[in-house]
Amino acid sequence: MKHMTARTLFDKIWDRHVVCTGPEGSSILYVDLHLVHEVTSPQAFEGLRQANRKVRRTDLTFATLDHNIPTTGDRMLLEDELARKQVEALRKNCRDFGVELFDLDAPEQGIVHVIGPELGLTQPGMTIVCGDSHTSTHGAFGALAFGIGTSEVEHVLATQCLVQKKPKSMQVRFAGSTGAGVTAKDLILALIAQIGIDGATGHVIEYVGEAIRALSMEARMTVCNMSIEGGARAGMIAPDQTTFDYLKGRKFAPQGLAWEKAIDDWRKLQTDAGAKFDSTVEINAAQIAPFVTWGTNPGMAAPVTGEVPDPDQGANDSERNGMARALEYMGLKAHTRIEDISVDRVFIGSCTNARLEDIRSAARVVKGYRISKSVQGMIVPGSQQVKRAAEKEGLDLIFTEAGFEWRESGCSMCLGMNADRLKPGERCASTSNRNFEGRQGVGGRTHLVSPAMAAAAAVAGRFVDVRNWHYKD
Amino acid sequence: MQSFTVHTGIVATLARDNVDTDQIIPKQFLKRIERSGYGNVLFFDWRYDKEGNPDAAFPLNAPQYRGATILLAGKNFGCGSSREHAVWALRDYGFRAIIAPSFADIFANNCVKNGVLTVVLRPSEIAQLLARDAAGLYRLKIDLEQSQVSWNGGFQARFDIDPFFRSLLLEGLDEIGTTLKREAEITKFEQKRQAGL
Repeated sequence: MKHMTARTLFDKIWDRHVVCTGPEGSSILYVDLHLVHEVTSPQAFEGLRQANRKVRRTDLTFATLDHNIPTTGDRMLLEDELARKQVEALRKNCRDFGVELFDLDAPEQGIVHVIGPELGLTQPGMTIVCGDSHTSTHGAFGALAFGIGTSEVEHVLATQCLVQKKPKSMQVRFAGSTGAGVTAKDLILALIAQIGIDGATGHVIEYVGEAIRALSMEARMTVCNMSIEGGARAGMIAPDQTTFDYLKGRKFAPQGLAWEKAIDDWRKLQTDAGAKFDSTVEINAAQIAPFVTWGTNPGMAAPVTGEVPDPDQGANDSERNGMARALEYMGLKAHTRIEDISVDRVFIGSCTNARLEDIRSAARVVKGYRISKSVQGMIVPGSQQVKRAAEKEGLDLIFTEAGFEWRESGCSMCLGMNADRLKPGERCASTSNRNFEGRQGVGGRTHLVSPAMAAAAAVAGRFVDVRNWHYKD
Repeated sequence: MQSFTVHTGIVATLARDNVDTDQIIPKQFLKRIERSGYGNVLFFDWRYDKEGNPDAAFPLNAPQYRGATILLAGKNFGCGSSREHAVWALRDYGFRAIIAPSFADIFANNCVKNGVLTVVLRPSEIAQLLARDAAGLYRLKIDLEQSQVSWNGGFQARFDIDPFFRSLLLEGLDEIGTTLKREAEITKFEQKRQAGL
C-alpha cells in the first residue's frame, strides 16, 4: 500500500498492526510480543481456564519472575507464603498453557523490561505489551510498547490482539547536547518536571533531537521507561545504527540473511519529513542539571543546584495543597537546599536504571570510597545477565568493599513487594521511577535520581552535584 | 462483564489531584491471585491508622459517605502503576462510577473492562459538585445512554465519552468473545505476515 501523506514512526507501526477495524472507531491491533510476570497474570490465566480458552501464540509469549521475589542469596526458599503461591501459580500457568518461563534459577531471569531487550526479544517495529506500566521501556528500539491491565493481558493471551483507539502523538525534542555528569535519567526527570505527570496523557511520545541520538540503547531505555510518569501511553525512539549494533547477535534477534532483511526494513521506521504531531515540546538539553525529586510524584523535581520549592509558589489552590501535602509527607521544609538533604538508604536498581551501564556509572563514582556510616546501600542488578557481566568486570567488589550490599536480580525496592523496603521515615536516594507515598515502604521517603547521583549520595550521606565529583579511577 | 446504563447513588468526595494506584491499593495486596475481595483494603494506607482502625481524617471514612457508589475525585485520578487491582478494589468497595476532571489512560481502560464508568466533567461542573458536597449528603443520577449527570431539581451536565467505551459499558460485552468472532481475520493477518507481505 502506498501512503501519500507523511507519517510519524508511531503511525507506521500502528498501520502495520491493524488487523481490522473494531467496534465504534476502534481497531483490532496485533501484538508481536507479550511479556508476562507473576503479579498481573494469575487472574488472566484463571479467566482463560474458566472460559475454556487457550493461549493463541505461545511462541510470542514469554514469562519471568521479578516483582515479588527475594533478592537475597537464599531466595529459592521463597519464605513469604503469598509470594510463593503467586510464583507457583505462574509456574503452573506456564506449564498448563505452554508458555516459556524464565524461572528463578534460569540464567535469563530478570526484570521483564531488562530481559526483553537483552535477549533480543524486543525489536524495532514491533507492538509489545505487558501487564506493567513500564512496558514503555521497549519503545527505545522503535517499537510501540505499552502497559496493560490484567483484563487486557487475558485478551492478548486469548487472541494475540487488543482492541484499541489510536492515541494522539507528541514529539519531544531534546535539542543541544547534555553536559558531563548529566544522564538520561536527568533528561526524563526534567521533561516530566516541565510538562507535569499528566502532560502526555492520551499520547504516544516520540523522542528526537541531538541529545537523544547521542544516547546509548541502555540510556534510551531509561528515557522511554519513564514516559508513563509523564502520563504517556508509550514513548519511542526511531531505530538507528546504535539500535542495530545493540541487537546484533542476541539470542532471539534475527540471524544471517534474516538479519540483513530485518535491518532493511527497520531503516524505514523513521518519521517522514513533514509528518504532523498532535503536540510538540522542546527542551534545551544543554541547560539540564542532574535532577532530584523532592515530592511525592515524579514531576516534583528540582536541579541538584536548586532548593525545595515553597508551596505558596503553586499555580492554584489544588497545586498548593498538593505541594504542602508532599512536603509534610517527605519531612522537608520549603527553601531547603537540595544538597542539604541527607539520606539513610540508597537503592540502585529497577527497570529504569539497573542495566550494566547504570551499574558501571555508579561503580565509577564509588571506586576508592566507602559509603557514609549513616547510609545503608543496596545494588540490585536488573537481570542475572547484568549481574554476571558486572561481576566479570569486578564491579561487585567495588561495591561490597565500599559497604554496599550486592543482590540477586528483581524489582526489589522499586515497589517493595518483597522484603526490600524502607522503614517509616527513612529517606532514600533511589534510581527507580516512582516516589509515590509508601511506594518503597509505608512512610518511606523516596528521592529519584540517576545511578551516579545515587552513588555519590551514598558516599556523601547527602545529595551532592555529581558533576563536581572527584573520581578515583 | 456487568453492564452500565443508569445509576443513582450517594457521592463520596476525595478532592485530591494525582491520586496514584499505589494509594488506591498498596503493593502488599497485589500478591493475591483472585479477582475479588479487595474492598476492605481500598486506600489502605490512607484509610487506616497504625493500629488498623479507620482514620477519621480520611474523607472516605466520613459517616455521610457510607454506602457511596459514586466517587468524585481530583484530576489525573489513577495515575502510575497499571495494576487492575485498583479498579477491583474500587468496585468491590461499591463504586460503580468515578467522576473527575481527568483520568490516567491505563486506569480508565481497566475501569471499562470491569463495568466501572469514568465520567470526565469540566472544572466548573466539578466545582458545583464540591460546593454541593459541602452542604451534606447528596445523590447523583448518571445516565450513560443520555451521557448525562444530574440531581433532582438542580445540577445537570453532559459528558463526553469515547463511543467505544460507551458501547462496551452499555452492553456489558465479553470483549474477548467479541474479538474471537474475528478469528478468521486474525488468522489471515498472521498468514500474510508469515509470507512477508
